[in-house]
Amino acid sequence: MTDKLHLDRAHGQHLLREMLRIRRFEAKCAELYQAQKIRGFLHLYDGQEAVAVGVMQALNKDDAVVSTYREHGHALARGIGIGPIMAEMFGKVEGCSRGRGGSMHLFDRESRFLGGNAIVGGGLPLAVGTALADRQLRPGAVTACFFGEGAAGEGEFHESLNLAALWKLPVLFVCENNLYAMGVPLALAEAQTDVFRKAAGYGIEAEQVDGMNPVAVEVAARRAVDAIRAGEGPRFLECRTYRFRAHSMFDAQQYRTKEEIEVWKARDPIPRLREWLTQGHLMSDAELAAIESEIAAEIEAAVTFAEAGTLEPVADLERFATMDAVPQ
Amino acid sequence: MNEPPIRMTYREACRQAIRDALRRDPRCFIMGEDVGLYGGCYAVTKGLLEEFGADRVRDTPLAESVIAGAGVGAAMAGLRPIVELMTCNFSLLALDQIMNSAATIPHMSGGQFAVPLVIRMATGGGRQLAAQHSHSLEGWYAHIPGLKVLAPSTVEDARFMLASALDDPNPVLIFEHIVLYNAEGDLDPAVTAVDIHSAKVRRTGRDVTILTYGNSLPKALAAAGELADDGIEAEVVDLRVLRPLDKETIFASVARTRRCVIVDEGWKSGSLSAEIAARLAEDLFFELDAPIRRVCSREVPVPYAAHLEEAALPQIADIVAAARGLAKPQ
Repeated sequence: MTDKLHLDRAHGQHLLREMLRIRRFEAKCAELYQAQKIRGFLHLYDGQEAVAVGVMQALNKDDAVVSTYREHGHALARGIGIGPIMAEMFGKVEGCSRGRGGSMHLFDRESRFLGGNAIVGGGLPLAVGTALADRQLRPGAVTACFFGEGAAGEGEFHESLNLAALWKLPVLFVCENNLYAMGVPLALAEAQTDVFRKAAGYGIEAEQVDGMNPVAVEVAARRAVDAIRAGEGPRFLECRTYRFRAHSMFDAQQYRTKEEIEVWKARDPIPRLREWLTQGHLMSDAELAAIESEIAAEIEAAVTFAEAGTLEPVADLERFATMDAVPQ
Repeated sequence: MNEPPIRMTYREACRQAIRDALRRDPRCFIMGEDVGLYGGCYAVTKGLLEEFGADRVRDTPLAESVIAGAGVGAAMAGLRPIVELMTCNFSLLALDQIMNSAATIPHMSGGQFAVPLVIRMATGGGRQLAAQHSHSLEGWYAHIPGLKVLAPSTVEDARFMLASALDDPNPVLIFEHIVLYNAEGDLDPAVTAVDIHSAKVRRTGRDVTILTYGNSLPKALAAAGELADDGIEAEVVDLRVLRPLDKETIFASVARTRRCVIVDEGWKSGSLSAEIAARLAEDLFFELDAPIRRVCSREVPVPYAAHLEEAALPQIADIVAAARGLAKPQ
């Protein structure tokens, strides 16, 4: 069983590296946004890394991922190339969506990453559909569907949970409850603020998880995915987490206090895991420095790749508006 | 050897089409409200649950958004779903998935994902179902890039459009008119497929072109009969495909007759008829000998009372009057 995770040296460092990679990537995105290399809406994932990284540990290549507009972390942890992700934000044809989607709409057929969906709640019905197809075409495959707690206000959340439970579909619903739907605090929007209880109301086994702890998330995700693969139907994780940065790049954050942000930053999953690994002699300072410098080099290469990318010819603007064939 | 024509209703043709699709492709299934045990709100899917079982003919909860969205996801993951939305009025509850997912994802993903999904729905008025079951919203859907929009008005199209729609890599919406379900027609046994890109001339004539689709087609044909008694030869073009429009066939007919009446059961403001009129005005202006006329639904929610409903929808007399005004100007 995977109830207990053996956090050895390699795996502990792997989790830290994955989270750090996202954190450093997002910092670079913010910088490039200021430099106007990245435009449009940009939603950064700082603070929530433990959720994406923890859940992805439980997934296989055959599994599918449906995500939201705050999906850089999911995309990186799923293994989409960091260069194509950055190039996408530069609007280049080398981007993972050919520059058509931008930050909010990362797609990757190879890793079954089905967006990058920027209609809150809109990804859940898709996940029900991929799970329905997978049960027939890829037995054992699971769809991991990420969404924020704001989605719980949408009808599509309820319609999807009901149908997934009714048809016992292989979906892992992952609610990243960061307490604010844009600027609306949970308690102002929901009569029931424990989102996992809503899932339980549909007969789905659901649990609340410390979303600031990648190990807790991984353990819960592995347990849930094992049950789903065993044919037990959907599972639901409510990961309690917090976004450290603003909702997007246009947010004065008047809806929350600096003190609250500080309280959550004290629970930052990255320094916590880093200290735990160092104190437990599972990572040396030299190893940490190597991880940091490898990530820095990787991000630098991604920026170079994006900068060197080309613009899709305007003549191709209408290409794929209707498809000539179903990609195989 | 010529086999005799096969007579069947539009409803039966729709059902045969679904039965065929389920037989020929194990990836194909149908889901929607009441498609199984009940046999379909308009009895189109009657008997299919017994024949194919509950995995292929899936009753769903009343949850249009997840029905449509699950169709999108299943199509992206390799199945060939047929989604039935009970009426196009209800499809508004699924509009997010139809527009923001189905129509958008292929382009937005840079062509990595296609959405080979078919959504069928009932449309139109004429059966006293009042304002929440009688509207014609296909014109709205025809506004959206990424979708194909079909309106079968003959038994042949009801029988064969579905297969072509399922073979298409794009999301295809099929609007079946509620008044047509009971209409009977002959199927030519030699015809085993129809295209989903062309308009068709259903009656030839030299004096005026009547462009129409859906349940307005039989009305336009009846109007053409009356006009012929007056010596006006009307050409009737069945649009069949509302997106993308078959400009070639439409323009060829109007260029020949130099006069055009567009009959559209949608409201006039911002309608498909407005789109066609604008294209004719843009590209065929100098071929026209008379203004373009439109016969559309009156700008009210379709009412229940029979006489009011009749007054609200395009009728034969309206089409005759419009054509007469063009072909024999005072």
